[in-house]
Amino acid sequence: MTKIGVVVFPGSNCEYDALLAMTTLGAEADFIWHSDDKIVGYDGIILPGGFAHGDYLRPGALARFSPVMDAIADFAKSGGPVLGICNGFQVLTEAGLLPGALQKNRGLTFLSHPTTLIVASTKSVLTRAATKGQELVIPINHFSGAYTCDDPTYDALVANDQIVLRYKENPNGSRDDIAGVSNVEGNVVGVMPHPERAMSTLLGSADGRILLEGFLHAPVSAS
Amino acid sequence: MNFPVTVTVTLREGIADPEGATIERALPALGFSGVTHVRAGKSFHMMIDAVDEAAALERATALAERLLSNPVIENATARVGDSSWGVA
Repeated sequence: MTKIGVVVFPGSNCEYDALLAMTTLGAEADFIWHSDDKIVGYDGIILPGGFAHGDYLRPGALARFSPVMDAIADFAKSGGPVLGICNGFQVLTEAGLLPGALQKNRGLTFLSHPTTLIVASTKSVLTRAATKGQELVIPINHFSGAYTCDDPTYDALVANDQIVLRYKENPNGSRDDIAGVSNVEGNVVGVMPHPERAMSTLLGSADGRILLEGFLHAPVSAS
Repeated sequence: MNFPVTVTVTLREGIADPEGATIERALPALGFSGVTHVRAGKSFHMMIDAVDEAAALERATALAERLLSNPVIENATARVGDSSWGVA
């Protein structure tokens, strides 16, 4: 059975949603405390939403120095699937595992509502089960979600098919409507929207399932 | 020796600054006209124990680049000298 580790920082607050989403989809999942410096026996890692280390200084700025981050970098380098959701995305950019940065939203407004996303690439471990151009309704819940990068980084994102999801209507001022990006290899993905909160039509949308199912079945490198 | 150091973090040129823009838009309503190019940033104060001023500056610059700023979107400058922050 696939086993997923959900990393918990002081201040994470979406770890139970992520865990429940994984077990709902049939995976085994447990928590990894941020001070653990080893991650052994996992097929995938999720960095959940929240406010790791209080978001002091900048979102993700302090979480990046948590001992577990070196282990996650090694896991990612060996091809292991890593997904950062919301604050987890911010942590991955601060750690240099994903390009760019997340800035305060345009208009300085905390945004919490469903958004319509368009699948921009199916190369990543998150979108591999989806179809390019497919529309998904998934909620956002953030203050610093405006994706930013310089021109050479943006050109590389486009050239390497690293833009994973785009907003249909840009809610926060993200460059090129970007809602999520991956690394060049596609095994590390960060998204601001919360697929783990879109698991049931009864609660608004089940569109997160196709993303997280794809993530669960991502192949792990043999190394 | 202890040196007072101020680190200023500003957004890189060309990076959108929603805080600065919001402040700039608010100013005319308060009667402050003719204010443009508002940019928001952060300022940090600290005391650094080092053998001389150059060494203090070097350490301050290193920590500013490693932790206090995100080089993807921000610049950091460190300055040694008396601070108006009033260190006890």
